[in-house]
Amino acid sequence: MADLAIQGKAKSMNAESDSKAIAALNLDNVSISYSDTPAVKNVSCRFLRKKITSIIGPSGCGKSTLLRSLNRMNDFIDGVSLEGRIMFGEEDLYGPDVDSVEVRRRIGMVFQKPNPFPKSIYNNIAWGPSINGYEDSMDELVERSLKQAALWEEVKDRLHDSALNLSGGQQQRLCIARALAMEPEILLMDEPCSALDPISTAHIEDLMFELKTRYTIIIVTHNMQQASRISDYTAFMELGHLIEFGDTEQVFTKPGKKRTEEYVTGRFG
Amino acid sequence: MAKAASSSIKKRGRLFGESCIITWLMACAGISLVTTAAIIGILLKESFVFFENVSPLEFFFGTSWVPILQPSSFGVLPLLWGTLQVTIGAAIIAIPLGLACAIYLSEYASPKMRTYIKPLLELLAGIPTVVYGYFALTFVTPVLRSIFPDVQVFNALSAAIVVGIMILPMIATLSDNALRAVPDSLRQGAYALGATSFEVTTKVVVPAGLSGVMASFLLAISRAIGETMAVTIAAGQTPNLSLSMFESIQTMTAYIVQVSLGDTPTGGIAYQTLFAVGALLFAITLVINIFSQLILNRYREVYD
Repeated sequence: MADLAIQGKAKSMNAESDSKAIAALNLDNVSISYSDTPAVKNVSCRFLRKKITSIIGPSGCGKSTLLRSLNRMNDFIDGVSLEGRIMFGEEDLYGPDVDSVEVRRRIGMVFQKPNPFPKSIYNNIAWGPSINGYEDSMDELVERSLKQAALWEEVKDRLHDSALNLSGGQQQRLCIARALAMEPEILLMDEPCSALDPISTAHIEDLMFELKTRYTIIIVTHNMQQASRISDYTAFMELGHLIEFGDTEQVFTKPGKKRTEEYVTGRFG
Repeated sequence: MAKAASSSIKKRGRLFGESCIITWLMACAGISLVTTAAIIGILLKESFVFFENVSPLEFFFGTSWVPILQPSSFGVLPLLWGTLQVTIGAAIIAIPLGLACAIYLSEYASPKMRTYIKPLLELLAGIPTVVYGYFALTFVTPVLRSIFPDVQVFNALSAAIVVGIMILPMIATLSDNALRAVPDSLRQGAYALGATSFEVTTKVVVPAGLSGVMASFLLAISRAIGETMAVTIAAGQTPNLSLSMFESIQTMTAYIVQVSLGDTPTGGIAYQTLFAVGALLFAITLVINIFSQLILNRYREVYD
């Protein structure tokens, strides 16, 4: 009992210092709709720097839509509209003079299905930096990015082979390396392990622990064990609403809302 | 009904009907095979007769084509060159425009825009080639002559221009299909790395769909090589090895028209040139079509 109390206290102190930490993204009353169908309703929350935040919730709850609004990937879908504000540091992500291309340079994304380009492993990594005028040694950047994505050892002898010959798990790590090569401030991950086997999934989860020392990570996942294993914070969404947002351990062990409890204990979803 | 169904499981009349239909369908499919085989057979047979009289060396390397008048000479190079001039000119016009059109349609046009442009392209593809020929003769050539006074009435350039317009819809449509077959996930991946639409298109989508795009070029070129009516009307009937696009030329197809329509007696050497030229034309387009098929097959492998 005493232990628990101390733990609880430590955690509340932790939460206190977190509240002072700088938010990488600050969402204020964000609503997103497709044509006239609302997908995300009045979400307000803060994603903190150098933390992993999981967004969980049943299919169709709007979590992917929300994630994709964070680097303006929704811009490509016809009829999407967003209300409210998303602050990226001091800037409004949807401000009138914001260059959405620049936004995506600084907020990277890894998708549900690995989507390497039909180019060599090397060129998959080098592509983003080269179109953005990267001038230092490309070889070093490729090596560094592949090492960060824990793929270097497996591919260092065949950097010029097609990326399409890699296994699914390797392809996904390549996509992570490709995103890291841009040195983004935030990394968004949309169910990055849903197409992978458990071993590849474990690889990527290990990788995320490494990465959070340097990057802010926001991950959408269907897998609640994964959310509880890897993330510092967890957001639970249902039917477009953000039901609960908090410390991962608190969300999974002492959820504040009945619906969250029912979801995390597997009673629905 | 129930009684009939339960009475016997032996074969009945409808199975016979079924097999009749299959045989009939097979025969229909067979017609195209038989026709192709017959055409190839006749081309080869008559070409052999031709090459008994004219050495292949003269045919393939001779620089003068005088098949009907005396002294005759059977060097096919001027005809081949005429065909090449028109084809290369058409390709220079149609490939950049067709590809640009395909890129616009697949990457930039709104669905509404597509519904307007696609039928227009099909309309362009549906115009009879003889109309293109007269368009060249009565519109393109006068315009060219007002710019370059030394353009002849029949000239390779105006033929190349209209053939280019003619094959443009083919390149646009086939390349559009190839680009649209590139998975959207690649575009998204590229956008997520901070690429502009133009970078995504030129550096990811077009390279990924390149084999389909190349195949569309080759098919269009093969169509340009085989194009007959427009070039016969616009480019004239003068076998010509000149480099100038302003002069009258004769393509292989235009020569075949000339001999087929004239009163060349059956069985003479001039008559047999038809088959030799026809066989050469067939061989060229066949090789190009096989190449584009090979490229397309490779393309299918990549995206399965």
